[in-house]
Amino acid sequence: MRLKSSLDTRGPEYRERRAAMLEKLAALDAEHAKALTGGGEKYVERHRRRGKLLARERIELLLDRDSPFLELSPLAAWGSDFPVGASVVTGIGVVEGVECMIVANDPTVRGGASNPWTVKKSFRASDIALENRLPVINLVESGGADLPSQKEIFIPGGRMFRDLTRLSAAGIPTIALVFGNSTAGGAYIPGMCDHVVMVKERAKVFLGGPPLVKMATGEEADDEELGGAEMHARTSGLADYMAVDEPDALRLGRQIVKGLNHRRLGPEPGAVEEPLYDADELAGIVPEDLKTPFDPREVVARIADGSRFDEFKPLYGTSLVTGWARVHGYPVGVLANAQGVLFGAEAQKAAQFIQLANRADTPLIFLHNTTGYMVGKEYEQAGIIKHGALMINAVSNSKVPHISIVMGASYGAGNYGMCGRAYDPRFLFAWPSAKSAVMGPQQLAGVLSIVARQAAEARGQVYDEDQDRAMREMVEAQIEAESLPFFLSGRLYDDGVIDPRDTRTVLGLCLSAVHNAPVRGADGFGVFRM
Amino acid sequence: MIKRLLVANRGEIARRVMRACRDLGVGTVAVFSDADADAPHVRDADVAGRLPGAAPGDTYLSAERVLEVARAAGADAVHPGYGFLSENAEFARAVVAAGLTWVGPPPAAIDAMGSKIEAKKLMAAAGVPVLPELDPGRVTEDDLPLLVKASAGGGGRGMRVVRARAELDDAVAAARREAKSAFGDPAVFCEPLLEHARHIEVQILADAHGTVWALGERECSIQRRHQKIVEEAPSPAVGPGLRDELCRAAVDAARAIGYVGAGTVEFMLAPDGRFHFLEVNTRLQVEHPVTECVYGVDLVRWQLAVAEGARLPEAPPEPRGHAIEVRLYAEDPALDWRPASGVLRTFEVPGVDAEFAVPASHGLRLDAGVESGSVVGVHYDPMLAKLIAWGPTRDAAARRLAAGLRGARIHGLATNRDLLVRILEERSFLEGDTDTGYLERVGLDVLAAPIADEEAVGMSALAAALAGAAGERAAARVQGGLPSGWRNVRSQPQRRSFEGPGGTIDVDYRLGRDGLVCEACPGTSVVSAAPREVVLERGGLRETFAVTAVDGEVFVDSRFGPVAFREVPRFADPSDQIAPGSLLAPMPGTVVRVETERGARVAEGQALVVLEAMKMEHRIAAPAAGTVAELNVGAGQQVEAGAVLAVIEGNSG
Repeated sequence: MRLKSSLDTRGPEYRERRAAMLEKLAALDAEHAKALTGGGEKYVERHRRRGKLLARERIELLLDRDSPFLELSPLAAWGSDFPVGASVVTGIGVVEGVECMIVANDPTVRGGASNPWTVKKSFRASDIALENRLPVINLVESGGADLPSQKEIFIPGGRMFRDLTRLSAAGIPTIALVFGNSTAGGAYIPGMCDHVVMVKERAKVFLGGPPLVKMATGEEADDEELGGAEMHARTSGLADYMAVDEPDALRLGRQIVKGLNHRRLGPEPGAVEEPLYDADELAGIVPEDLKTPFDPREVVARIADGSRFDEFKPLYGTSLVTGWARVHGYPVGVLANAQGVLFGAEAQKAAQFIQLANRADTPLIFLHNTTGYMVGKEYEQAGIIKHGALMINAVSNSKVPHISIVMGASYGAGNYGMCGRAYDPRFLFAWPSAKSAVMGPQQLAGVLSIVARQAAEARGQVYDEDQDRAMREMVEAQIEAESLPFFLSGRLYDDGVIDPRDTRTVLGLCLSAVHNAPVRGADGFGVFRM
Repeated sequence: MIKRLLVANRGEIARRVMRACRDLGVGTVAVFSDADADAPHVRDADVAGRLPGAAPGDTYLSAERVLEVARAAGADAVHPGYGFLSENAEFARAVVAAGLTWVGPPPAAIDAMGSKIEAKKLMAAAGVPVLPELDPGRVTEDDLPLLVKASAGGGGRGMRVVRARAELDDAVAAARREAKSAFGDPAVFCEPLLEHARHIEVQILADAHGTVWALGERECSIQRRHQKIVEEAPSPAVGPGLRDELCRAAVDAARAIGYVGAGTVEFMLAPDGRFHFLEVNTRLQVEHPVTECVYGVDLVRWQLAVAEGARLPEAPPEPRGHAIEVRLYAEDPALDWRPASGVLRTFEVPGVDAEFAVPASHGLRLDAGVESGSVVGVHYDPMLAKLIAWGPTRDAAARRLAAGLRGARIHGLATNRDLLVRILEERSFLEGDTDTGYLERVGLDVLAAPIADEEAVGMSALAAALAGAAGERAAARVQGGLPSGWRNVRSQPQRRSFEGPGGTIDVDYRLGRDGLVCEACPGTSVVSAAPREVVLERGGLRETFAVTAVDGEVFVDSRFGPVAFREVPRFADPSDQIAPGSLLAPMPGTVVRVETERGARVAEGQALVVLEAMKMEHRIAAPAAGTVAELNVGAGQQVEAGAVLAVIEGNSG
């Protein structure tokens, strides 16, 4: 049935919420702008002077014209000692009609050298490619590992090459377009790829450069002899194609994808119908104070095809809304928190709904705004742990694709039950209004305060109220900062912070991406404790 | 009665004749060269006979082959159209000898008028005013300027203007060469060049029983290279008195040669009001539709009736209103009238009231030899169509015709459409101030300027880009429902580049939540964008752009005028790159001579290859001194525009 919105877009509540959201979005834009500046003006200039394209210019030229591009983890390394974006651009884009995972080094950031966050971001891209069967296109120009942080890179970094060949083994094509340095360990990026293009007079792919070779064997050899494109195309055979320049390499990359004979293994979508309500209004739904609940149907009405939503068990466990919809033609099941708290009924309803979706091979979308499972004597005695376990069991063992959107709060085990990061949703995005933590900052500070007070009292000491207040303020501020989406996004705990108004587009793109792999429900779950 | 008529012609005239036949219930036989195998005139006919080959000499000029088709198809009459065999008395005789009806004047009349030199003598004797003939050997400065003309043929071939005595010998020699190649007869003559004169001609129609009609005059003064491009009836310079005189002279001329059928007596009208006989065209003229509109007659139908022996009523019908015809050519007036060839992607003229026929009331008539998808080759005249407007007044006709031309969608080939529109809207034309020097006087810099100005080109480029984007989205195999060019992290706009009339245009655009962002087009928003139509809003006005994209070419039509773009490919194919020093054919044509050889050292500016295209010889010269590294053509070879003729390697070291 069609949802009927009761959002009053002229009212003060909507206007306030919208104003607060737009402010947060401006902050998000500013953080994205940091990623876009790469290594800064000076290095961008130098890169251009060398006649080279920037990482995102390479991507734009690689993609089908006017097709969408979803950049992943753009805020990686936010809050760390490394530049926002982690010196690599990853994302899903369409090349010759094929959805691909694109991984492009940003050579303006310390020569494209990998830091610990670069590695994590690349791993995430590999995971997405593998799970969703997306061909991978590496746009390579990297000076290798950031040596001062090698201890964080060297041991785990080997996974980079392992992932490439496992993708290949899984029948997922891997492509390397080498624009510049790809040396030492980096040489295995083209080495492990199915298809390799090198740019004439630019690509340099060798295990050891001239100084190292001279040190090791005394041999005198130059860059071109050791790893030039000509050499690899004509002599070593590491390059399958030699491009005359950067655009030509991208042209060859497109040509390779065209020849992959790629097939999507999931079912094709049905006809697309726009929602009845304007996506723009999604900016005015989430209250600034997450203690105030909001009706997630207002969100569904703005992301579902035709604003149609067939609710499942609408009268039972009403704090969690479940139901069927379509997004960009793809059937989905939706689980959305309505009143924050999950009770036993909500958990049981979720567990049943997830099983139904698995029977029907229907992907699931989780819209988070939960403060967690209910606590208290009555609930513990009624078996809230058992009921929460049902839901976590179902979500953990479900095999249909999951996509999580953290709209507001995602606290405690509610984060787990709603398919938080640890539950491997295919994609997880946060709105700027999101907060994820073990509990709300105030509650956490309050809990610490109570515990400290009890400890003091047990020791027979007088509890210092001033110190308590200072402690609570500090803890609250720290937890608040660490629950915010930029911070969590910087640590790769989501795939990006998105504008709520883009949610339907992001879901459509992700659903399209997941359908490159077969969509099949689970054959079995863990033992459900009754 | 004629039962089955063979039309020994092609293009619009063949179609026009066949239209008249269909109206009468007369069967039709077409002939076609290999180049015309898919031409509309072939489809229009009941049956069509192939003339193997493409060159006119092998096909439409081959009397023998045409008659073979007539015999095989059981035709009992032949209509020659204009051009080709229409003024060939031998052919007329052969038609008659084969027992077929010849739709045209008696062969003797054709003969009499075939030589312009002889015709002038005959007319002078009949009392028709003629210009004196000058002997090239005795020309003095006082006789200048003068005109050298081929005695045979017409259409401006073998014609040269001489303004200085020193030019005369070259001009005569060149005219002879052209006359020989075009008509097989090198005879030329000289006569005084009447400056600021008008070309006025009288349509005559005579039956075999002594009745001769003069259906008023047509003015065809606006000519390029002696080829008419704008024709009208009546002439703004001819009043009732002069009209009577002209008509009387034309009837006298017709009677003097025993003329039967439709014909045209051409005169030059001097600024002083005196007129002089030029020649008689013993056939239907290209511009006959203006007379048809004004007099309400079907000249082809009368030609057939006269050939069947019918009698004309005593007096011709009375004229009504004014008609103007323009000839739409595949040629670029701004590039020295360079003919264009290739695929005519679109040919649509909205608002046409009648095709090959007089509209029921005032309106627009189209006589087209082509349609969307037609291939315009290098073998024949590059005229695509004639568009005729008939209105109550000259101004009304000019306005209707200009609007019809503006609204026409003509894609794929350069045409003179914009020139024609500019003429029809030009002040002195509208004042009736036309003469054979009109184009020179007003100036091609004004008249040949495209209708679409720089701003229009910019808007059209934006429309082309947005239509392209819409096309990409519509054709997307995945994510087709997602917003065009969507980015969660925006780094740069989408870009499409076009080669336009004024050079390369890069259109940078972004379509986002807040609509179009395009720095080059401030204040412009998108109302809708589809692959074939883009509606933009600017300054409070909605502007609609029709966009047609085919094989990398993008044609944008709007009220601002047509703009043709070539989309710059995103990626250069390394194998497409042309070696430096390559000499390319500037237009399709035939190699006449190769004046160098492989390995030869050549000087800068030295002619290497001579190309003939549409009556013109083009010298392809070395751009710099060097050595001929490649020579890809030989004499007689047909080449397409852009073909690499030769490669010159510079002197290195």
